Amino acid sequence: MSPNLILVLLISPLVGFLINGLFGKWLKGNEKLSGGIGALAVLVSLICSISAFISVKNGNPLEGDAGHLYSWIVSGAFIAGGPFEVNIGFHVDALTTVMLLVITGVGFLIHVYSIGYMHGDEGYTRYFAYLNLFVFAMLILVLGNNYLMMFVGWEGVGLCSYLLIGFWYEKQSATDAGKKAFIVNRIGDFGFLLGMFTLFAAFGSLDFVSIFDKAEAGTIEIVFGETTKATLMVATLLLFVGAIGKSAQLPLYVWLPDAMEGPTPVSALIHAATMVTAGVYMIARSAILYNLAETGAVVAWIGVLTALFAAIIALKQNDIKRILAYSTVSQLGYMFVGVGVGAYASGIFHLVTHAFFKGLMFLTAGSVMHAMANELDIRKMGGLRNKLPITHATFLVGALAIAGAPFLSGFWSKDEILHSAWDSFPFIYIIGLVTAFLTAFYMFRLIFVTFYGESRVEPEVASHLHESPAVMWLPLAILAVPSALIGLLLGVGGHNSWFHHFTEDVFPKAHEASGSVLLFMAISSVVGIAGIAYAWKRYKDRAPSAEPTNTLQKVVANKFYVDEVYNTFIVQPIKGASHFLLWKLFDSGIIDGIVNGVAALIRVIGGMLRRLQTGIVQAYIVSMVIGIVLFLAYYLFFT
Amino acid sequence: MALQYYLILSALLFTIGVIGVLVRRNAIIIFMCIELMLNAANLAFVAISRNLGTAEGQLFVFFVMAVAAAEVAIGLAIIVSVFKHRETINVDEVNSLKG
Repeated sequence: MSPNLILVLLISPLVGFLINGLFGKWLKGNEKLSGGIGALAVLVSLICSISAFISVKNGNPLEGDAGHLYSWIVSGAFIAGGPFEVNIGFHVDALTTVMLLVITGVGFLIHVYSIGYMHGDEGYTRYFAYLNLFVFAMLILVLGNNYLMMFVGWEGVGLCSYLLIGFWYEKQSATDAGKKAFIVNRIGDFGFLLGMFTLFAAFGSLDFVSIFDKAEAGTIEIVFGETTKATLMVATLLLFVGAIGKSAQLPLYVWLPDAMEGPTPVSALIHAATMVTAGVYMIARSAILYNLAETGAVVAWIGVLTALFAAIIALKQNDIKRILAYSTVSQLGYMFVGVGVGAYASGIFHLVTHAFFKGLMFLTAGSVMHAMANELDIRKMGGLRNKLPITHATFLVGALAIAGAPFLSGFWSKDEILHSAWDSFPFIYIIGLVTAFLTAFYMFRLIFVTFYGESRVEPEVASHLHESPAVMWLPLAILAVPSALIGLLLGVGGHNSWFHHFTEDVFPKAHEASGSVLLFMAISSVVGIAGIAYAWKRYKDRAPSAEPTNTLQKVVANKFYVDEVYNTFIVQPIKGASHFLLWKLFDSGIIDGIVNGVAALIRVIGGMLRRLQTGIVQAYIVSMVIGIVLFLAYYLFFT
Repeated sequence: MALQYYLILSALLFTIGVIGVLVRRNAIIIFMCIELMLNAANLAFVAISRNLGTAEGQLFVFFVMAVAAAEVAIGLAIIVSVFKHRETINVDEVNSLKG
């Protein structure tokens, strides 16, 4: 595979961004052209991705020197290991191509969907410019062959996420949500930066290949403790802090539910399918380090606790997009369990299936909103399946997949993760199973309340209920196919499945999970179906009650008051300190004091000196003559 | 004649000019005194040039005269416009640049 292919793949969305970004004023009148350019740019990337995938599948990856483009940062030898050098280069192996296909495949469909969804929006071209920029940044993130390039992409997608969450910037809540996402992500990014510094101090390089080689060989500049392992523990945990921020895990998940303020296709692409999975990708990419450092247990525990926590919150939400958002947080937790217990391929497999079915569900939610004049409250829906048959069918496929209904995609990937967790972490397995039950329950609560039972739609909205146009439902239909079938295609056979074979060169060998695969599958299926059945029993013909009835429900409905706790104990103290210490004392007092003091001093001196300016010409001349005489005297008599 | 007489005359003329600039209040008189200083300098140039037997000094005199002519043109114009504006050319009364 030649780097040129990857270059085309990468540059194409950038070109799309530039066209829509720079010439948006002229494209504004022609939505089809603007959206078409955006979608076409990603289509080109998709075609290149497929080509790259075929190359890798034929045993022809792009690694090491072959992927090197040029040296980006070169400095003198200020560290023992030699000069500091960061290259711009590509690393395309099985893991990369999987990510590429997800990003460009799901991305393309979401671009097409957006052409219809954003119809008539004031910022139509701006939207497609941002979306293309996001795809470009995400591609950098997965294509780079070193941590710094990954970080560039990491920040790039964070920027685009901010821009798109706050896309409707006239809305106060949207701009607030954008800022919240950006600031919370900064906390994680700080950890990521420190992790990179640690790796650089330890290995004198940021290249994946050279770091992994040195880590395995144990050749390392010692920075923490006496051993490679201690250093790697620090580095991997710091990198994981970055992943916690970007992938919305405990305790930094709070930004993701608020991010639903953005347009729905953005939620599907960025906050479900691609960007939030960057943390999982990063850990899978650093699999060798995590295995050597044995920090996977931390990752897995954070993951499973997040999965449970978010699933509990999702039980009592009534906003269709927020339920999906908490579900995303929860499913990301599963992925971290996967990569945490060392089953990297399973974690990435779940990433892929989740990208399809969660992307699908967000788009269907968008379709519901489109039909319902942007209504989000599921209590005001009900009985929609007759009016929106395609939306209903595709949503059902996605929900069945996430609930772990037998033979759909989520069933295979979730089961693999839980099965891998069983041997070393039985508690994680049990919590994961409980979460699976909750997942099935809240998802079908959403379905039954939204699509079944009596219609609670307000009359004037009901008269406009309509199925979405083809440009919107076609992507739904296309996405529904892999959501249903990709597990059957890639995941059958557990550790002998196609997906595991494809990625076996990338990841360290996971130990074979013990126990009968069929037994585990049976347990998962029963749990999933039980969740669906319980939801059917409770919600098949009634809406969720408007008010929580007891304290526990109230706490859950208010999301455990996490936002309030953060606000009281973190945000307000920092704001207070900023207000009084930084602004009133330091800025107003000290900085302004110095500036104003200098000005006052100059004014006093000037007031004294102005008396010299008499305005009488001859006074000036006298002083000039005296000066000349003095100079002449000096030269005549003293030199 | 010896050089020093010329130089003494030149110094005298120059001193008269300086004193005139310093003590008179009429802008035109001050202006004439400046001309006197310039011509005192010219006299010194010519005298020394002749004494040394070279031409550069005389050359400079022409420059000084040319510049002085230009200066007269501008200076008188300024005085005229000051007079039109204030109806006086007493420099003590033209003191609006006072600090």
